[in-house]
Amino acid sequence: MTWLWFHKLASPPHFYRIAGRWLPWLGWSAAVLGVTGLVWGLVLAPSDYQQGEGYRILYVHAPSAWLSTFTYTTMAVSAAVGLVWRMNVAHSVSASCAPLGASFTFVALATGSLWGKPMWGTWWEWDPRLTSELLLLFLYLGYMGLRSAIEDQTRADRVCALLAIVGVVNVPIIYYSVEWWNSLHQAPSVMKFGKPTMPASMLVPLLMMFAAGTLFAATMVLMRARGEILRRERVGTWLEAAVGESVALTGEKR
Amino acid sequence: MEAFLTWLAMGKYALYVWSSFGLTVAVVLLNIHWARRSFRDASEVARRRLAMRRSDQ
Amino acid sequence: MTPRQQRMTLVLGVVAAVALAGFLALRAFQNNVMFYFDPTRVAAGEVKPGQRFRLGGMVVKGTLVRTPGTMDVRFAVTDYRHEVAVSYTGVLPDLFKEGTGMVADGQLDASGRFIATQVLAKHDEKYMPPALSKSLEAGKAAAAEAAAGSQP
Repeated sequence: MTWLWFHKLASPPHFYRIAGRWLPWLGWSAAVLGVTGLVWGLVLAPSDYQQGEGYRILYVHAPSAWLSTFTYTTMAVSAAVGLVWRMNVAHSVSASCAPLGASFTFVALATGSLWGKPMWGTWWEWDPRLTSELLLLFLYLGYMGLRSAIEDQTRADRVCALLAIVGVVNVPIIYYSVEWWNSLHQAPSVMKFGKPTMPASMLVPLLMMFAAGTLFAATMVLMRARGEILRRERVGTWLEAAVGESVALTGEKR
Repeated sequence: MEAFLTWLAMGKYALYVWSSFGLTVAVVLLNIHWARRSFRDASEVARRRLAMRRSDQ
Repeated sequence: MTPRQQRMTLVLGVVAAVALAGFLALRAFQNNVMFYFDPTRVAAGEVKPGQRFRLGGMVVKGTLVRTPGTMDVRFAVTDYRHEVAVSYTGVLPDLFKEGTGMVADGQLDASGRFIATQVLAKHDEKYMPPALSKSLEAGKAAAAEAAAGSQP
């Protein structure tokens, strides 16, 4: 049956094991790609004909903005799966997305501001793209606040899932805001159908940063989700084995 | 050395470029720290719960 | 319907309802969401002199005039259908130049000239190394020269 993997991942011990096996690979490839992309983007890539060296902010701004919406979509989809299939693992994944997503939404807004001041001539404008991205930050913060405010786990899962699902409508608004309305923010250069408006010498390190960011997000979400599973699991001999192992691991580190 | 200083100056954008990259790296490191701590805390909670159950029996 | 299918319908229904509500709300506030007015809407008389708004468009090539010794600049803005003349006193952002996009905050005076209190530059989403851009310009100039030379 092709749905076997889906049902297998729904089982906490299986998810815990699989995620644990993937973590080092995801984490280390994110680190290698990220460091390479940073050095390439900061040192080797040529400067821009209009923005000079200032354009290099793009190498952290665009991947952060991508992570902010990609993580939100993951959070909403896993929340929906958790609601529909009553799947605890999916709620754990959804909960693990929020802190990461919130921090990268903040990075996207802050680096955008640091680019906007010299290039546009302003730190902040109530432009549709900027405003909808700010709304995304509030959605993340609202999700985290709601989760910590509700004591009962099952109720917290359901209420937060509903908030995440309602907020997903904002994701296409962020993406298309620069096309639907007059905006100060430019249209995408890379994340679009058709040819990127950027030569390969600048594009390659940028794509590396996109890949590194995505792998990093996966690492963080899986790491937190494993913890979330341990926190929720009540019984099972596997839990004893897992906790014993993780205590032994952290014991060595101390 | 001079080439290095020119690179550090980033045209006239040193302040903007370096604070952007600095902020991003700081947030990445903080996320790693938070995620590890959250996992450690969670296993601690699970371990204590198991120990309590064992002592109850 | 099984309970699971009911929950699935509920989730899809919520998304559809919120999307519809968002669509209607954004449509109703279309003018507030728009970041700027283009010269065509100004020419159509959608704004009155003295009313504050943002004007957006391309800076027309060859119209940028700086008054020496002051921070005064004058230029024209176009959306390739209509043009609006703009006056501004102050520092221009780094990306501001002729032939690229800009957004200015201000108001029209009685003669229809836009008096800007703030000028922002728009970026055109194009990235290129300076050497490549120079050779492209040179190529264009050479082609133009060749075209001019071939004419009798």
